[in-house]
Amino acid sequence: MEERKRVEIKATAQVRAVMEQHFRELDEADKTKNRKIAWCSSVGPAELAISMGFLVYFFENHGAMLGSTRTANDYIPLANAAGYSPDICSYLTSDIGAYLKGETPLQRAYGIEHIPKPDVLLYNTNQCREVYDWMSWYARELKVPLYGINTPRTQRQSREDVINSVAAQIEEMVPGLEEVAGRRFDIDEFREVIATSRECSQLWEECLDTAEAQPSPMTFFDDCIHMGPAVVMRGRKEANDYYKILLAELKERVEQGVAAVEGARHRLYWEGMPIWGKLRIMSELFARLNSCILVSTYCNSWVFSDLDPKDPFKSMARAYSSIFIGQDDNWKEDYISEKVKRFNLDGILYHDSKTCPNNTNSRYAMPDRLSEQLGIPYLIIYGDLNDLRCFSEEQTITNVEAFIEQLEESR
Amino acid sequence: MTIYAGIDIGSCTTKAVVIDQEDNIIGSHVRRSGVDYQSVAREVLETALEGREWDNIPIVATGYGRHTIDFAKEVKTEIACHAKGGFHYAQRALMLVDIGGQDNKVIKIDNSGHRLDFKMNRKCAAGTGTFIEEIAARMAIPLEMLDDMARKAEKRVKIGSYCTVFASTEILAHIRAGVASEELVRGVFESVVDRVMEMIPLADPILLCGGVVQYFPIVADIFRERMSGEIIVPPLPQLTGAYGAALFARQSAD
Ligand code: SF4
Repeated sequence: MEERKRVEIKATAQVRAVMEQHFRELDEADKTKNRKIAWCSSVGPAELAISMGFLVYFFENHGAMLGSTRTANDYIPLANAAGYSPDICSYLTSDIGAYLKGETPLQRAYGIEHIPKPDVLLYNTNQCREVYDWMSWYARELKVPLYGINTPRTQRQSREDVINSVAAQIEEMVPGLEEVAGRRFDIDEFREVIATSRECSQLWEECLDTAEAQPSPMTFFDDCIHMGPAVVMRGRKEANDYYKILLAELKERVEQGVAAVEGARHRLYWEGMPIWGKLRIMSELFARLNSCILVSTYCNSWVFSDLDPKDPFKSMARAYSSIFIGQDDNWKEDYISEKVKRFNLDGILYHDSKTCPNNTNSRYAMPDRLSEQLGIPYLIIYGDLNDLRCFSEEQTITNVEAFIEQLEESR
Repeated sequence: MTIYAGIDIGSCTTKAVVIDQEDNIIGSHVRRSGVDYQSVAREVLETALEGREWDNIPIVATGYGRHTIDFAKEVKTEIACHAKGGFHYAQRALMLVDIGGQDNKVIKIDNSGHRLDFKMNRKCAAGTGTFIEEIAARMAIPLEMLDDMARKAEKRVKIGSYCTVFASTEILAHIRAGVASEELVRGVFESVVDRVMEMIPLADPILLCGGVVQYFPIVADIFRERMSGEIIVPPLPQLTGAYGAALFARQSAD
């Protein structure tokens, strides 16, 4: 099958450097104990921890690395044998399995022997309960304190009483964190981190919005790589510096008409998690079929427009309680429709991720409802974020090819 | 005479159809796909050509192995080819149900032959030809006898699992309970229809195709019992995809 040539995004080298810096700092802290380390769920109270001097390690990011290096399936069975079902979050099972085996993709990527040992574990159930289950395992194993925020999900709108409760829960973490950090919390430092994080969100959102251009300068598969700093370094200047570089390059690509997929005839939406171990294959498949996936729920999940340094606790509560994954289907459908219209999309792909029901939105007839409302077709791809036993490449290729043929026919 | 060929390399069988300029089938052949798709495809096509020269014939390949053969000018998915072949036969808006060796498809087609939507079954083979074969092997009943046996069933037993392994255990439990083989076989066919009906709400007219429909006419009869509308079965249901591929070959060549 022919391979597509394309003009690569130059900032890819920088994003790798930023990610490497992140892991090297953590490794150094792990070895020298010069900084305290907090583990945090992806949309957890990272800014609070950063403001108190912690380095933050995102365990889901490690899960994604296990997926993208296609090593997850070496480890999942170990967690299964330890009583964690193959039907639950494969980030969790692959990560715990890797820990049990004493391995990590950081070894190959950076020569880092093991994941950094935490001083404290933080989570927020705004995305799922699994992050709690996952961190509870480590809390027992490593005997470190575990602090969590319980956020209700399936909301129609962020209610004031919910926001107040979440804000109170974030504040309640402070004394515990002070004890672990060995220093006092300072509201001004917190405001500063919130302001930096807010800027990161804005910049990342602007990067994602360059995809409105015809042709789009970036695909969903690119986004999955470039979102790294927004996940692991938000609240730190380095992330913002990086996104300024990326944004400038993307704007230049738009001006010069540089396409992420040369000659793309179909503009598509990706709903759900990436299939980390198959990013390249999927990216090549869509390019070969003259199609560009240019918007996704997933990569937009690191945009927190509500953050406001003037009211750090409450605005953080608001921002982190109003994320896509925590809302009801009406809210989600409005969100997707707005994107489909603004980005001028021709179809929606839903990834039914076997082990993450939280990030799977195709199981309660949303595809049919949205398709009827928007007048565009959809395809459901059955797979998983990490567990490749749940993914059939052949079936997926046939389904995708047939879907694109159908779009071609209807042009 | 100008001729065109379509070849459908399915996960279980490979089918070839040769047509003339009036879209009449002038040759066809079916064989097990085996492991060497390329040479099986060649053989099947050669047999279907019945001695005609096959240089320069426009050929379209489809099916699971469509990307593995080097002599086809073009590839199309089996969804496109089934829709094409089915619509050509029915010439109106319809829902096409293909029950194949390893997967089932339902395709919604409008009155100009365009596909509106399609669904393929999920990973398990339950409800497909492979499932029927596996159960027949387990019960040690030759495949040719299944259709007749099922028609003799006085009662029906329900096989509800959508996992092949679970369905097999369900059948073992029925055997232990002394259920007659005829009833079990009937239950297997009923479950094939159940699995299709779970995929999407069906609306008539429905065109049934695929190897399972060809070898086991009882499947179409069960659909007729279950639904009030029109159920169409083309003369050679198993060749629908290969025929569609041949039609694409003619269309691209013309
Ligand atoms: S959202 Fe899904 S993938 Fe992420 S941690 Fe929760 S269950 Fe796992």
